[in-house]
Amino acid sequence: MNKQYDIIVVGGGPAGSMAAREAAKNGASVIMLEKDREIGVPVRCAEGVSQAGLKLVLGFVKPEWISQKITRAQLVAPDETVVDVGTAGQVGYILHRKLFDYDLAAMAGEAGADVWTRAYVYDIIRENGKIEGVRIEHLEQKIELRGRLIIGADGVESRLGRWAGLKTRTKPKDMDTCAQMTLSDIDIDPETIVIYFGNQVAPGGYAWVFPKGPRMANVGLGISGKYSGKTKPITYLRRFADKRFPDAKILTLVAGGVPCVDTLKHMVTDGIMLVGDAAHQVNPMTGGGILNGMIAGEIAGRVAAEAVRKGDTSEKQLRPYVQEWHKAEGKNNERSYRIQQVVNKFSDQDLNKIARSVNGIPLEKRSIMQIFKTALLKHPKLILDAAKVYGTV
Amino acid sequence: MAETTIIIDNERCDFCGTCVAVCAADAIELKESTIRVNMTLCTLCKNCVDICPLGVPEVCS
Repeated sequence: MNKQYDIIVVGGGPAGSMAAREAAKNGASVIMLEKDREIGVPVRCAEGVSQAGLKLVLGFVKPEWISQKITRAQLVAPDETVVDVGTAGQVGYILHRKLFDYDLAAMAGEAGADVWTRAYVYDIIRENGKIEGVRIEHLEQKIELRGRLIIGADGVESRLGRWAGLKTRTKPKDMDTCAQMTLSDIDIDPETIVIYFGNQVAPGGYAWVFPKGPRMANVGLGISGKYSGKTKPITYLRRFADKRFPDAKILTLVAGGVPCVDTLKHMVTDGIMLVGDAAHQVNPMTGGGILNGMIAGEIAGRVAAEAVRKGDTSEKQLRPYVQEWHKAEGKNNERSYRIQQVVNKFSDQDLNKIARSVNGIPLEKRSIMQIFKTALLKHPKLILDAAKVYGTV
Repeated sequence: MAETTIIIDNERCDFCGTCVAVCAADAIELKESTIRVNMTLCTLCKNCVDICPLGVPEVCS
C-alpha cells in the first residue's frame, strides 16, 4: 500500500472531492480521507443549488442527483405576508446529496486519487518545522501517511488548520446553529422553496422548506449563535413543524452548524490549504456552501498540484488560491455578510412592513438587491449600515 | 473540591461538530460517532453549551 503521497485531502465532502479530483487531474498523487464510514452521509444540508452554478462548476448535471427542480421562491414575513421572489427564469435544484457526494468522490477516484473512509486524522506530522503528513486511525490501526501538502476540507469542525496555527475558530455570534427534518406526507408546492422570517420563527436566521418531491421536503431552520441560549434550534424547529405540518412523517432529523461570516483571512500556510466550510466559504446570507466549497476545492486542487510539481509548498506558492477564491466568490460573500448584518437588525414589524412594500414592486423586478433597497427606503436609519454593504464607508 | 466539567452525552449527540468549531480551547474531539471533551484543555467558556443545536453539552459540578 502506497503511503507516500504528494497531496493528502482531509474530508470527503464536495470541497474535498473537487480538490482531490483537480489535483489528481493535474498529475499529483493524491489520497482523500473521510472520517465517517460512508461518503455523503449523514446529509447535514438543505441540499439547494442553482442549476447555472452547478453547470458552471462541473460542466454537466446528472439527472439522478436531482430530487426536485425549483422554479419559484417565496418569502414569508412574521405576519404571514407572502412575497413571491422573481427568479428571472433561473432554475434551482434540491439535490440528493448522498448520491451527489458519492459521484464527486468517485470522480476524484477516476482521476487517480485514492479514497479511504473510516480514516480519522488525529494529528499532523511535523519534522524540522515542516509539515510532512498526517497521523490517522484507520480500521483500528494507527497509520502515518506522508504527504507534502495537506488540503483541509474537514468541515465546520475543522481542526487541521488549528493544528497548523491558523485561526479557524468560529465566534459563536458568526455561527448559525441549525436543525433540519426531512418530512413526508405534507402539502407543498414541489417547485417552490419557501423561506420564513421572524424572531419567533428563527431569530437572526430563517426557516426553510426545500421540496424533495411532490409531498416531501427538507424543513429546517437556523438561528444566529448570538441568540442561541436556552431555546435551541431543535425546539424552534419542532414548534415550526408542528404548526405548519402537524401530520407530517419525520424521515430524518439532523443538526448542524454553518459559519456565516467572511472567508478566513488566513486559509493557507506552509504545506496547508483549507477549503469549504473549514475555510468559512459559505454565503453568509443564505448559508449556502455546496458550490462555494466546490469552486474553492477546484482552485485549491489545481494550485496544490502546481506547488507540488514545483517542489515548493510554501504559503507564498499557495497564495494564488486565496486570490482566485476572493475573485470568484470571496468578495461576494463579504458583501452578503454585510447585508446579513443589516437584515439581522430588523424587528418583526420592520420585516412585515418591508414585505408589504416589496409586494408593490412588479414581480419581474424583485431581486434580492431590489428587496434590500426597498427595505432601506423604509428604514433610512439603516443607510449608514447599507453604505458599508456597498463599500463606500 | 468538586470539579466543574462539561459532559456531552454520546446517546443524545448528533456528532455535527458545531461545538468543535466554536470551542475556544480545541478541547473537543469528534470521531464518527463518539465525542469527548478534554477537561485538561477546557477553559469552561461554555460556547459548546450555548451553540449546540440540540442542547446536549451540559455543565456539571
